[in-house]
Amino acid sequence: MSPAGQERGWALAILAALGLLALLPLARPREDTLNFVFLVLLSITLAEAWNIVAGYAGQVNLGHAAFFGLGALVTRALWINGTPVLLAMAAGAAVATLFALVIGVAAFRLRGAYFAIGTLALGEILRTTVGNALPEISTLPAATIAGYRLTLRYYLALALAAVSIVAVAALATSRLGLGMRAIREDEEAAEASGVGALGLKLTALALSTALAGLAGGLFAYYHISYYPAHPFGPHWTFDALLMTFIGGVGTLQGPVLGAVLYVVLKEYLALRWVDVHLLIFGALFIGIVLLLPGGLVQAVERARGMFGGRA
Amino acid sequence: MTVLAQQLVLGLLIGGLYGLAAAGLSLVFGVMRVLNVAHGELIMLGGYGAFWLAALFGVDPFASLALVIPGALVLGAVLYAGLFGFVVRAHEEARVKNSLLIGFGLALALHALAVRLWTADERSIPTSYSGAVLSVGNLAIPLVRLATLILALVLIGALQLLLSRWRWGKAIRATAEDWQAALLTGIDVRRAYLLAFALGTALAGAAGTLVTIAYSVSPSIGLEWTLKALIVVVLAGLGSMMGTFVGGLVLGVAEAASAATFGGPYREIIGLVIFVVVLAVRPRGLFGR
Repeated sequence: MSPAGQERGWALAILAALGLLALLPLARPREDTLNFVFLVLLSITLAEAWNIVAGYAGQVNLGHAAFFGLGALVTRALWINGTPVLLAMAAGAAVATLFALVIGVAAFRLRGAYFAIGTLALGEILRTTVGNALPEISTLPAATIAGYRLTLRYYLALALAAVSIVAVAALATSRLGLGMRAIREDEEAAEASGVGALGLKLTALALSTALAGLAGGLFAYYHISYYPAHPFGPHWTFDALLMTFIGGVGTLQGPVLGAVLYVVLKEYLALRWVDVHLLIFGALFIGIVLLLPGGLVQAVERARGMFGGRA
Repeated sequence: MTVLAQQLVLGLLIGGLYGLAAAGLSLVFGVMRVLNVAHGELIMLGGYGAFWLAALFGVDPFASLALVIPGALVLGAVLYAGLFGFVVRAHEEARVKNSLLIGFGLALALHALAVRLWTADERSIPTSYSGAVLSVGNLAIPLVRLATLILALVLIGALQLLLSRWRWGKAIRATAEDWQAALLTGIDVRRAYLLAFALGTALAGAAGTLVTIAYSVSPSIGLEWTLKALIVVVLAGLGSMMGTFVGGLVLGVAEAASAATFGGPYREIIGLVIFVVVLAVRPRGLFGR
């Protein structure tokens, strides 16, 4: 099968799985089950968004949390003050994207490690500023808490994960995606063959940050109370990065597999070994990076090759 | 006026430690082209090393440097052999990504390990001379912090000497300059990497010890120190250890000035802003040729 065909196949398979998850609330599961799946879905969106810039355009953006945080900040402020939540989320995504385009022009002059640490610094500037400007915890009004329905949030997360899958699948099979991959492989060569690198990198960043902004909005809609600086925390970036690389960077299915494995593993270890779960998790993660540099996706391909299977 | 001067002096004193923290990162980054985001966690471990030596065996924290530095040197060699040695086998583009991944994993593991071993509480090492103050005019200079500044300078000077005089120091510098050319002239590049990483970790251990003596240590200081070190590295450029030390002093003073002008919470932002501005002006960083 051609790579594009493979990606379409994966997109359909993942969307089918998400479709099955839509039935989950009908089975009246325990609340913690819904919360758990919500976390997986939010992670899929965040990782898939990060994957667009890192996996397709080849730029390691360590400021991902800034856009997640901006989405959360704007959505929360508008929604609490009476704006319908979908509109508020759209506004949050718009602000995140706009900010990304403004800083993107400067940030994309940086290459390799400098782009990574430059964006990390930008994210930290935003986090510190928000923490200074809004030190108070943000809690939903009592009336909203009384009418809080988890199922609604769950379906929104499901829809958002589906949107991110469709977006990345469409990107991966388009000329746009091809151009991005050309930049990832060799920017000079891509430019020489007529690919506008800056424009494509900005497109990738805009798409990625729009999704991250929406995910942030969802977070703001979901959480009853949190510190406004919390969604700006660098761990959101690191989580997305880890999930994407565990699964397989630059593939459609990689971040999904990575997000599922990451969340399941982390929660399971947390239950099983309360004290040392992060230690085990960190060690396990390093092991995966060293043994499977291409992530789970590559591991599966290798295994297939070994058994001579054709799929 | 005195208040401002006092703050600037304190900024200068912590700046020496920024320089020392950055020296190790700069060495590793410059030689291996590997970004060790767990550098702050190595600093944290060094701090706890000194804390343990003081708490369990009553070792004077300054004297504990004599044990922490060799310990960190060995730890660095082990980390290189077990983890970062695999990273440098990749070509240069992939190095940064792989080192980020391994660094994050390592940071996570070390943070969890520190919480397990030493709890999440802040620790410091009280000594009989902790409160001693040197008065210069209206300024009060905490002696312990002054000592850490001087020690940071001495350590960086020693490193500079090592890199310029020692046979393997020259090999490390040659590898940083152009590893392929170094390889062709018969330098064992792998060993140069190993030494650079071990030395970088030893510097982190020393920095951690001094941080714990003058301030305090907790398992979560890692990222903060990694960022400070990164800022200094970008500010000072690679290649000159003394330049890195001066860069650290500049950051310390800039932070103090910004805290005095805009208020304490803005201490952290100025460094990051300087950082972004420097990168905007020199997008390939200061080692782009």
